[in-house]
Amino acid sequence: MEDQKELKNLIIQGAVYKTTYTKKFENRENYETPNENLIYSFIPGTIVDIFVKTNQKVKEGETLLLLEAMKMENQVRMPFDGVIVKIHIKKDEIIPKRHLMLEIKPA
Amino acid sequence: MSLRSNVLDLRKRKKEVQKGGGDKAIEKQAAMGKLTARERILALLDKNSFHEYDLFVEHAAKDFGMEGKTLHGDGVIIGTGTIYNKPVCIFAQDFTVAGGSLGLMHARKITKIMDHALKMRVPLIGINDSGGARIQEGVNSLAGYGEIFFRNTLASGVIPQISVILGPCAGGAVYSPALTDFVFVVENISKMFITGPSVIKSVLGEEISMEELGGAKVHAEITGNAHFYAETELECFEQIKTLISYIPRSNLKKALAHKPKAPLKGKAIDDIVPVDPRIPYDMRELIKSITDGSEFFEVMEGFAPNIIIGFGRMDGETVGFVANQPMVLAGVLDCDSSDKAARFIRYCDAFNIPIVTMEDLPGYLPGVDQEHAGVIRHGAKILYAYSEATVPKITVIVRKAYGGGYIAMNSRHLRADFVFAWPTAEIAVMGPEGAANIVFRKEISEAENPEQMRQLKIQEYKEKFANPYVAAAQGYIDEVIEPGETRSRILHALQVSENKTASMPNKKHGIPPF
Repeated sequence: MEDQKELKNLIIQGAVYKTTYTKKFENRENYETPNENLIYSFIPGTIVDIFVKTNQKVKEGETLLLLEAMKMENQVRMPFDGVIVKIHIKKDEIIPKRHLMLEIKPA
Repeated sequence: MSLRSNVLDLRKRKKEVQKGGGDKAIEKQAAMGKLTARERILALLDKNSFHEYDLFVEHAAKDFGMEGKTLHGDGVIIGTGTIYNKPVCIFAQDFTVAGGSLGLMHARKITKIMDHALKMRVPLIGINDSGGARIQEGVNSLAGYGEIFFRNTLASGVIPQISVILGPCAGGAVYSPALTDFVFVVENISKMFITGPSVIKSVLGEEISMEELGGAKVHAEITGNAHFYAETELECFEQIKTLISYIPRSNLKKALAHKPKAPLKGKAIDDIVPVDPRIPYDMRELIKSITDGSEFFEVMEGFAPNIIIGFGRMDGETVGFVANQPMVLAGVLDCDSSDKAARFIRYCDAFNIPIVTMEDLPGYLPGVDQEHAGVIRHGAKILYAYSEATVPKITVIVRKAYGGGYIAMNSRHLRADFVFAWPTAEIAVMGPEGAANIVFRKEISEAENPEQMRQLKIQEYKEKFANPYVAAAQGYIDEVIEPGETRSRILHALQVSENKTASMPNKKHGIPPF
C-alpha cells in the first residue's frame, strides 16, 4: 500500500528523511499565534444579544455579547480596556465554532 | 406425562426462544447485512462446541407497558465453547430482541458469563449489537453497565478480553469495549460513539453521518479505539480465531506453542534494509524475514502506522513485536504511536509474551500540535511500559537510534535483557546533521565556505558517533551482529530467557502517565 505512495520529505534535526505521511499528519493545523484583537466563537451557537456598538469604549471584564450554545448562555467579555473596532455578527445569527465575532483594540 | 413428552416440551420451548425476536426482526437484521447473534456465535466457535446458559431468562421490566411483553433471552445469548479447541466464554447481544437493549436481566446474563470467565481463567468474547440502555428499566440498566465495566476492569490482565462491535454500540455502552484488550470492527456494521449525530446536530449544529462519526474506519484509523478492521463479519471471525491462536488462555499460562517453522525464502535480509538511514523500507518485511513461516499478525494496522505492533512466532512460541516503521513519518514516536506501543507492551507483559523490539527511528516528531497534544505524557507511556515489563525483552537496533527514541525503544537502561545492533546501527544523541550544526557551530559559521565545512563536520561526526561501536564499548549493547544472524540470535536469547525471573518493588500499583 505504502509502496505506491509517493515518498515525501520529513526533516528531523537537520536530516531529510524520505517517508510517507499519515492523513492525520497532513491534516494537522499549523499553529498561529492568536491575535488578541480578534474575538472568535469558542463553540458553535446562537448570538442572543449584543451589548456594544462600534467605536464604543469598553472596560476589561464587561460583557460584550451572549452566545447561546448547549442550552447555556455564555457571556463573552472584554479581555482588556479597549474599543470596539468592528462587529461581524448580528443578533439571532447562528455561527459555527471559530467564527470571527468582534474586532477590538486596546485603548 | 412421560419423560419423553417432557423432553419434547423442552425442545419446543427451546426452539421458540432460540428464534430471538422472530422472523420479521431476523429478516430486518439480514437486510442490514448483519448475521443474527446466534449465527455469529456458531460461525465463530468450533463446530458443535457452543453450550448455552440462561436461555430461559426473562426481562424484569414492569413499567411503561413492558410487564406483558416477552423478550426472548432478554436480548442476549451467553455460553461457552471452544476456538481451535481452546475454551472461551462468549456473549452476543441479540439486536432482534428489543434492539439488543440492555436491561437488568440482560446485564445479569452478561455479568454471569464474565464472572465465569474470570473464575475459570478463560478468554471472554463479547459481541456488541445493541441500541443501548433499555430506557423503560431506568437506573437498573445503568447499574447493569456499571457492573459490566467493573468486571472488565477486574478481569483486565487476568484473562484476554475481546470485544466485537457488530452493530451500534453507543453512549455508555462503548466503555465496556474500551476497557477490553482488543476491539474488532467491521465496515458498514460497527458504529461506536458517545453522542450520536442527531444530538451533535441539535446541540452544536454540526452535521455528520454515523459512519463518519464512529464507523469502523474511523476507529481503526483515527481514534485508535479499534485494533482489528474487517470488511465482513466472517473475515472478522477469522481474525478473532487467529488472535486466539497467538495468546494464552490467561495470565497464569503461556501461549500454546505451535510446530516450529523456518521463515519463507524471500528477499535476503540484507536487501530489505537500505544502508542510508534516511531511505525508508517496509519494516514488516524485516519482521517477516525472521518469524516462523514469515507470518506476522499485525495489531492496529491502520492507527499510528509509524509504529508496528503485532504477534509472530519464533521456534513455535508467540512473540510480541514492537517496531518503528521508517516507511511512515520516518518511524518517529509521537502521541499516537507511543500510546499504541505502550498498551501493547503492557498486554504482552500481562500475558507472558516475550517482546522483540526492532528499532529504527530518528526520535520524537517535532511540532506545536504534538507538544500541545501532550507528547510528553504520551511519550512517557512507552518508557513506563517497557520499564515495568518483566517478560523477556530483546532489542535489535537496525539503523538509527537517536536521542529519547533510543532510550524509549527498550534500551538496556530500561532493563532490556538482550540488545543487539546491526553494523548499520547509529546510536547517538541525535543524527549527524543536527549534531554537527550544534557541536561545530563556530567552525561552520566562521568557515570561508560554511556549507562545505558543514558537510565535512557531518562526515566527521558520522565516523565518530554514527555507529554501534561507541555504545558497544560501554556495554549498552550486548553484541554487534550480522543482519543474517538476527533470527538465530533472537531465538537463542528467547531460549535463554525462558526461566527469566524479574520483579518490581512491592506496590499496590504504579501510576502510569495515562
